[in-house]
Amino acid sequence: MTHNFSVSPDFNPSHISGWYIFNTWLQRAISENIHLELYNDFESHRNAIATDQLDLIYANPYDAALLVRDKGFVPVACPENRSDEAIIAVNKESPLVNIEALSEGTRISSTDDPDVRMMCMIMLEPAGLDKNNTALNQRDTYVLVAKDLLKNDADIGFFLEETYNDLSEIIRGQLRPLVQSEIHVIHHLLLAGPKLASKRDEIQQSLLSMSDDEKGKGVLKSLNFQGWSAVEQEDTEFMIDLMDTLTE
Amino acid sequence: MKDMNPDDISGEYREHTLTYQDGTQRKVLVTENETPLPDGRLIVSRTDLNGIITEVNQSFVEMSAYHKDELIGMPHYILRHPDMPAAAFKGLWETVQKREKWHGYVKNLRKDGGFYWVYATVIANIRNNEIVGFTSVRRKPSRIKVTEAEALYQTL
Repeated sequence: MTHNFSVSPDFNPSHISGWYIFNTWLQRAISENIHLELYNDFESHRNAIATDQLDLIYANPYDAALLVRDKGFVPVACPENRSDEAIIAVNKESPLVNIEALSEGTRISSTDDPDVRMMCMIMLEPAGLDKNNTALNQRDTYVLVAKDLLKNDADIGFFLEETYNDLSEIIRGQLRPLVQSEIHVIHHLLLAGPKLASKRDEIQQSLLSMSDDEKGKGVLKSLNFQGWSAVEQEDTEFMIDLMDTLTE
Repeated sequence: MKDMNPDDISGEYREHTLTYQDGTQRKVLVTENETPLPDGRLIVSRTDLNGIITEVNQSFVEMSAYHKDELIGMPHYILRHPDMPAAAFKGLWETVQKREKWHGYVKNLRKDGGFYWVYATVIANIRNNEIVGFTSVRRKPSRIKVTEAEALYQTL
């Protein structure tokens, strides 16, 4: 029996090979056949979730609620010392110095990454801005969001912190963070579906000991992870409650 | 709960005696010093069914000016500011008991007598179909909303 594994489409493109290396490592570690399917957009990924095609998901916090509460997924682990934070950035030459300086009609460039968009829209609230008094350009990638800022086609851009920091130095050098979230308790996590639930503890143990050997260390490096931390049901329920308070 | 200590207060203060919903009374000392919630921060806490604080994040600790161990085990109303009318919290309990979200603009009292405004959301934590506690997340409100809330609360 082959299980299907997927990664939230906000993965960093430079880590694609890392996820394939991780999948090969995981199959050996737990003696199961696992097929990795990477989706380019959130809509295709959501469809795969809705039609129960996935058994293992490295999920963003937004999808975790649906997966745990409606689809019976169980939490396994999350990357060590890494939380999901968002950055609202501007062109380096922009006169904007803080959120309160933004006004109605602000042009936003953003991907369709749901948790980044949610965090950034919350960070706009002190300026009295919301989806009804701003203009949103949706782009396929964070690089295109950055280009909107460079060409002055947008006043502000929404980024996942990790992705912002991974932009090339040439691009990043022409941008400036206006505000950065400091939430600390929202993060991606690996979730096992009902067909893999019996393997949950085994997967968790394998991940927690990943940094104990050279091969595991190499896999972690390819994902730019320091290691994995165990995540228990209540940890995830807490994060989902928190996400619940932030969604409309 | 102990009365507020004048030694903890920064600057001139006025004195109030608050009576909480459980009948407890406390003398609070209040200044006009506002500490705005920094951009990008969320204040997070959890309470048990009786409103006793069980968890707080670092932003909660910093904004309240208490130490974490002074907060855990205390009623959430330790932050209650005398300018907040009881009517502003009307419906909070009924709403969360119905498993719905409660939202409101809240002026919170700091240990040093100062205050900070937040937009608060409270939800019930439901486990195995039972309410086991509550999560509250507070974020930075717009100044316009704060001004509106101040005007409204003076009429209540």
